[in-house]
Amino acid sequence: MKTYPTTEAVRDELVKSYPAKVAKKRLGQIVVNKKDEAGLVPEIKANSRSIPGIISQRGCCYAGCKGVVLGPTRDIINLVHGPIGCSFYAWLTRRNQTRPEGSESENYMTYCFSTDIKDENIVFGGEKKLRKAIQEAYDLFHPKAIGVFATCPVGLIGDDIHTVAREMKEKFGDCNVFGFSCEGYKGVSQSAGHHIANNQLFKHVIGLNDQPPEGKFKVTLLGEYNIGGDSFILEEIFEKCGMTLVATLSGNSTIAQFERAHTADLNCVMCHRSINYIADMIEKKYGVPWFKVNFIGAKATAKSLRKIADYFEDAGLKEKVEKLIAEEMAEVEKVAADVRTRCEGKTAMLFVGGSRAHHYQELFAEIGMKTLAAGYEFAHRDDYEGRNVLPKIKVDADSRNIEELDVKADPVKFRQRATPEEMTSRGVPHRDYDGMMPEMENNALVVDDISEHETEELLRIYKPDIFCAGIKEKYGIQKNGIPCKQLHNYDYGGPYAGFKGAINFYLEIDRMVNASVWKMISPPWRKNDMPELEADYVKT
Amino acid sequence: MALLRHTKANMTEREALTINPAKTCQPIGAMYAALGIHGCLPHSHGSQGCCSYHRSTLTRHYKEPVMASTSAFTEGSAVFGGQANLLQAIETIFTTYDPEIIAVHTTCLSETIGDDLVQIIGKAKEEGKIPKGKRVIHASTPSYVGSHVTGFSNMVKAMVKLLAEPSDIRLRKINLIPGWVEPSDMREIKRILGVMKIDATMFPDTSGILDSPQSGKFEMFPEGGVTVAQMAKTGANCYTLALGPTTSLSAAQELESKCKIPSETIEIPIGLGATDTFVETLRRIGMVEIPKTIEEERGRLVDVMSDMHQYFYQKRVALWGDPDQLVSLTGFLCDLDMKPVYIVTGTPDPTFEARIAQAMKGRVPNAKVRQGPCSDMFLMHQWIKEEPVDLLIGNTYGKYIARDENTPFVRHGFPILDRIGHSYFPSVGYVGGLRLLEKMLDAMLDNKDRTSLEESFELVL
Repeated sequence: MKTYPTTEAVRDELVKSYPAKVAKKRLGQIVVNKKDEAGLVPEIKANSRSIPGIISQRGCCYAGCKGVVLGPTRDIINLVHGPIGCSFYAWLTRRNQTRPEGSESENYMTYCFSTDIKDENIVFGGEKKLRKAIQEAYDLFHPKAIGVFATCPVGLIGDDIHTVAREMKEKFGDCNVFGFSCEGYKGVSQSAGHHIANNQLFKHVIGLNDQPPEGKFKVTLLGEYNIGGDSFILEEIFEKCGMTLVATLSGNSTIAQFERAHTADLNCVMCHRSINYIADMIEKKYGVPWFKVNFIGAKATAKSLRKIADYFEDAGLKEKVEKLIAEEMAEVEKVAADVRTRCEGKTAMLFVGGSRAHHYQELFAEIGMKTLAAGYEFAHRDDYEGRNVLPKIKVDADSRNIEELDVKADPVKFRQRATPEEMTSRGVPHRDYDGMMPEMENNALVVDDISEHETEELLRIYKPDIFCAGIKEKYGIQKNGIPCKQLHNYDYGGPYAGFKGAINFYLEIDRMVNASVWKMISPPWRKNDMPELEADYVKT
Repeated sequence: MALLRHTKANMTEREALTINPAKTCQPIGAMYAALGIHGCLPHSHGSQGCCSYHRSTLTRHYKEPVMASTSAFTEGSAVFGGQANLLQAIETIFTTYDPEIIAVHTTCLSETIGDDLVQIIGKAKEEGKIPKGKRVIHASTPSYVGSHVTGFSNMVKAMVKLLAEPSDIRLRKINLIPGWVEPSDMREIKRILGVMKIDATMFPDTSGILDSPQSGKFEMFPEGGVTVAQMAKTGANCYTLALGPTTSLSAAQELESKCKIPSETIEIPIGLGATDTFVETLRRIGMVEIPKTIEEERGRLVDVMSDMHQYFYQKRVALWGDPDQLVSLTGFLCDLDMKPVYIVTGTPDPTFEARIAQAMKGRVPNAKVRQGPCSDMFLMHQWIKEEPVDLLIGNTYGKYIARDENTPFVRHGFPILDRIGHSYFPSVGYVGGLRLLEKMLDAMLDNKDRTSLEESFELVL
């Protein structure tokens, strides 16, 4: 059994070498998860600015908007208005898989579209070039929709992308054109971009088609992006249970799904951070309630399915769900038991995203691994402490500039599917998310927006058996002889959602923590070097 | 089912819309160049997304840690300027990470608002934020001008401008500016210089940094790279040889005007002809004999070229990438009697067509060559749809065309996101030429083995 310094001591150690002001700021974001008697967790200063020069994991607003939320939809042409780089870097790099219906069906996800603006556009404005680019895209492909994304310089020179989009939409008549003011400097991370994407999809797309698909149990899956095929697994589960997936936002999706998203009877929220805005707005305008689900982890998947079945209060659905769980869990438990013999007691750290650092703790627990520390890259306080802190969150200057839509019940289309009271009586929560910290161990370390320096310190102090982060962190971590599992792109593996995904993940972690290569780093002529010799000598 | 199912042969001229670009933006090139300085932390003066994207792309290409920091602009800094951000970044970086040098590059954001880096860095110095003996250099790299190649070139020029010191002394040593090549290529160039007994300072030099060994301990600043002290002395070296006019000419000229060091710029030594020129130039500059080892290496390359000629002869090739690489590759393909029929770079370069023509020497009369705006992989794919090719050479994005068109594909250039090798095995020099031949033959012969009829399936090729 490894022993560690106290979490408080680690916290001090992490900020020791920072300038005083930097250390002070970081201490607000590095928290010892001390729960009080009522189970309440301490406050964490999330969703605040990253310190210049500190080497954060974070990306920008544009990445959250175009890359995360809009990226996975195959039949929208995503046209980036800006210099070439922004579009280039978001070209196929997020592993969103998609399955077009037929060989002729639209799929633009393999393409990269950009206005590639030049210095003369910076000086004289880029609207003309944007208009022309939209026209050229329309003439070449005749898409159903074109999304326009503003990048940093476009915001500064004041191009009015929304007017251009509206004019082009009117001109075409058969192509929805809409813009996203997701300039990279907005907000403090990708998170601002999620919000902007939510707003624009709600304004311009959701609600355009009131015709629901056939089905008795109509649900949406919000905040599931089909990395490595996760959505495919979930689609299969929903179908087996006899549920109708009206829309997924936005894994393996089409714009037609978005247009009818409001016709579901329940919204299931996977990634709370990136999509809670749409869930809230749909509820206000159309009366569709939402609750949090989690399909990462076999037990979490079972729990989420039962929650949905309880919501619909249908014996047939409940029976199907129970049957599926029983069938799937047999194999899951067999593999987990085997993997546990090699992974039990090992330790993990997770620093990634806005929901995954929480969700994946479930999977580690299922193979007996302990999470020593965790934190999000771009989450807010509610993702850490739970939604009960929402009224207490102060809106700062960086968040104030992100539009909050004023949404009211639609006089015609609003239909309350279930009141909060009815949901309580069915034993299901309403608009719930308890956050990551209440589910973590008492005194565990929580670090928001971890820096490169803090990452290195944690590796040095704890020597975890595995560290979960992203591509930028991966190879630095592994140079220390510790495997790094990428939880943004799954290291080109997956799927990890649902029951089959859980099995994939157990086997993957088993592979990583027990790989032979970690024992071969020292050459044989160094294996007998001083430290171990000394240790042996001391023993005898 | 096609991956690029909307790409059709019928051509429409585009003026405003770029589809599937054959380039990316300046700052990533500046970041790559800065990583070739020992103990350097590249710093991106812009939104944090730029830095994040550049680090991610370089990391995927090298499967190595790529450390860099950002000024993390917010909406406030976009309005009021990024001075406060850069000052805080400089202080935080030196206190926390202790590099020898910070190499700042700008972005479209900081360029559009007009941040004055000279003034800001001056202020940092005044305020004591730059520790004694440490350096902060900067390059202007607006994303809306040129391409990633331009950014690389600008950072290399900035290294000269801000680090080279004019001197009255002339050392028996040359400067070698390698251009945008891989760490493996830089290592190979140094080996050739060593074999030819020519003393040189090469900059930038990413070997040892982006191919660092697994030692069980992460080093933020690995052993490789040109040191600040070596850079200072480039002003005392007697000659500058620059490889690749698009990437290296401006730095060579800067050294010439600042430190009065004569220079010449030749094409990157990829393939037989360009390597011959390189070796002969070194012989002339260094006043040395060409050692037997080098001549033997050349002989081995020519040997394979003659042994396997039948598989290259008249094969139509499409290639895309960066101007310097493409010019030398084109020459090599023509020396193999191949037909590089489609050549595309998104990097604007007015010298490009003429240099390609020079490399071709009239051997590919109907070649289509395009550079600059809307010269992209979509255009090239349309050409391929019109009349197919036998081989594709370019970065990883070519795999979508390769699969759709069922065409052999050799990965070369930047970025390569799905294979390793480019950082370990060179493509420059005679040895690098052999590797290129091996890769092309593997791709084409694997395809032949996969597709030939049973009765004509061959054991020996």
